[in-house]
Amino acid sequence: MKVLAAMSGGVDSAVAAARAVDAGHDVTGVHLALSKNPQSFRSGARGCCSKEDAADARRAADVLGIPFYVWDLSDRFAADVVDNFVAEYAAGRTPNPCLRCNEKIKFAAVLERAVALGFDAVCTGHYARLVRSDNGVAMYRSADAEKDQSYVLGVLTAAQLARSVFPLGGALKSEVRAEAEQRGLLVANKPDSHDICFIADGDTAGFLSRRLGSAPGDIVDADGAKVGDHSGSHQFTIGQRRGLRLGVPAVDGRPRYVLDISPVTNTVTVGPQEALDVSSIVAGAPTWTGEPITGSWTGLVQVRAHGSAMPARVLAAADQLEVILEAPAAGIAPGQAVVLYEDDRVVGSATIIRTGS
Amino acid sequence: MLRVYLDHAATTPMLPAAIEAMQRELVRVGNASSLHGSGRAARRVVEESREAIAGCVGARPAEVIFTSGGTESDNLAVKGSFWSTRAADPRRRRIVVSTIEHHAVLDSAGWLAQAEGAVVDWLDVDEQGMIHPAQLTRLGGDDVATVSVMWANNEVGAVQPVQQVAAWARLVGARSHSDAVQAVGRIPVDFAASGLDLLTFTAHKLGGPYGVGALLARREVALTSVSHGGGQERDIRSGTFNVAAIAGFAAAVQQATANQAAESARLRGLRRRLLGGISAAVPDAVPNGPADEENALPGVVNVSFPGCDADAALMLLDAAGIDSSTGSACTAGVSQGSHVLVAMGRSDAVARSSLRFSLGHSSSQADVDSLLAALPEAVRRARLAGTLAR
Repeated sequence: MKVLAAMSGGVDSAVAAARAVDAGHDVTGVHLALSKNPQSFRSGARGCCSKEDAADARRAADVLGIPFYVWDLSDRFAADVVDNFVAEYAAGRTPNPCLRCNEKIKFAAVLERAVALGFDAVCTGHYARLVRSDNGVAMYRSADAEKDQSYVLGVLTAAQLARSVFPLGGALKSEVRAEAEQRGLLVANKPDSHDICFIADGDTAGFLSRRLGSAPGDIVDADGAKVGDHSGSHQFTIGQRRGLRLGVPAVDGRPRYVLDISPVTNTVTVGPQEALDVSSIVAGAPTWTGEPITGSWTGLVQVRAHGSAMPARVLAAADQLEVILEAPAAGIAPGQAVVLYEDDRVVGSATIIRTGS
Repeated sequence: MLRVYLDHAATTPMLPAAIEAMQRELVRVGNASSLHGSGRAARRVVEESREAIAGCVGARPAEVIFTSGGTESDNLAVKGSFWSTRAADPRRRRIVVSTIEHHAVLDSAGWLAQAEGAVVDWLDVDEQGMIHPAQLTRLGGDDVATVSVMWANNEVGAVQPVQQVAAWARLVGARSHSDAVQAVGRIPVDFAASGLDLLTFTAHKLGGPYGVGALLARREVALTSVSHGGGQERDIRSGTFNVAAIAGFAAAVQQATANQAAESARLRGLRRRLLGGISAAVPDAVPNGPADEENALPGVVNVSFPGCDADAALMLLDAAGIDSSTGSACTAGVSQGSHVLVAMGRSDAVARSSLRFSLGHSSSQADVDSLLAALPEAVRRARLAGTLAR
């Protein structure tokens, strides 16, 4: 196959590209420039598209002996990921930009461009296992439970997965680092990236304030009584406990958490931990890795990137899923994805619209 | 895979004579500034090279300042002449440059504006990439320090009326500079006849090595130094002489200028074949640059392919073994539409649909035909990519 390897400059995508070469594919490396004004150097574990990262990706491609280019996707990334991230927070939801980037950039804009240019597939360093059979491609959790990225890939459709290659799905991160070392890739000991790549200092609230400004409003308890002030409802996430700076102490003295965010009234509602418990979820815009589910379905669901899978029953309607959790769970935020699993296999994904207790 | 190299405007393969000249010097010791026999032998090579180079471009040996190449020469010319002219007459703080200069000139002028209080005046180009010197008469003149207009443009090949620019500069008492990096060895260049005060050229564009070039500076032109030290090169450009590179430079200049007329005729023939073949293979392709080939470099072909994503076309041609260029600078690989094409009035979309093929001494008819064979499919696919939003 002619394979386009997306190379971030990190160790995972470099080893993934190397394995694609070893598998006999005709591999071309591409670094995605996602920022119009890239920083010269990485700062800590953040950022994924500094000039230093682009140079690291180029050097990995040199070692592998494959052609290498930089593709400028900064306009698409700004519109589809960054602006969307800001708009979601402004609407009181909690978006997952990595998922969005996979959905709109890596396996959409990049894949479409690759196909137009004659490539058969896009290869990335994601940790998820693809199993191909006559029935198509099935996606499973990675062999490395710590690194499993199937949640942020759950949004991919059967057509996208058919053109995806994840050579690291069966590997442990430790093995990947050792392999990079053995292959002479200089990125072998580069730190993992964390956090949101386009917020270089890690200060999400500050980033949102710069984009959305401040809008002072009330923090209230479940009865509607004012217990504090905030400078913008977009700075909060469901389940958040820190940084509330409540003026009025709770009657029972127990910690309080963000229960609800209402951008319309610019109000943030707080309450005790048990009030975070959710037992039902309504989610929209479902996508399916294979056959869609219909009617009533029982399996596992995961509601955030680093959460665990929970048993649930799902009722599928036309464009909406109703998820009934077997046991209540806390801190489930609209805007996040609910990903459906059959054991370790990803079935589909949908965006959480609202929750019920 | 044997590659088809169509990027001579970026750099050229070294001529065998230049390689031989360098090899001769690389095995010898001697700092050309030293007083002993080894030093004198090295210095003799430097000075013979200087004389040879000067003779090829209508300059006197004392007018040749060796540098590390085009970028350094451009910086020294623009900054050095601005500083010295302003020091002599503080009213002179304007710099006149064309909108299609190389970034070594553009960014030097920009830096002087931002850091040194210079004011930049722009000379526009027409849709063929030509400067009209009549614009100069709109400028006052007695407050101009330096005017810099390239001899021939690197992206579209437009050859500029630098003699008229030099004459205007003389009239108003400003210094004139021309970046002739693309011109020397490709079209006739005579420094004395040009009337210019300063002229930049470099070895690797004409079959010589990287890392060596020259700034021609008339004897009476004072330049404020950018690099201080041992006092070499009229105290303007200190630094140990790069003897082997200078010898290779001289050998390349001699051969390129000796062959220039014949080589120009040969390349013009290839250029016509290429342009004709492109318009036959891709009928809606639009050539960029002077319509009259007398105003164009013999080896540069720049073409817009409407709706085509030029970055994608470059990649597809690359995969087919053909080296081409989108003609413009890139930072961290993020390409922008060519500032030259935009200055010529093209939209950003058209600029991003344009490729440059540049022919030179190693180019053959087989190279042109290989490109013509691969081009239609590359353009077809790159148009598919061009329909996708980016």
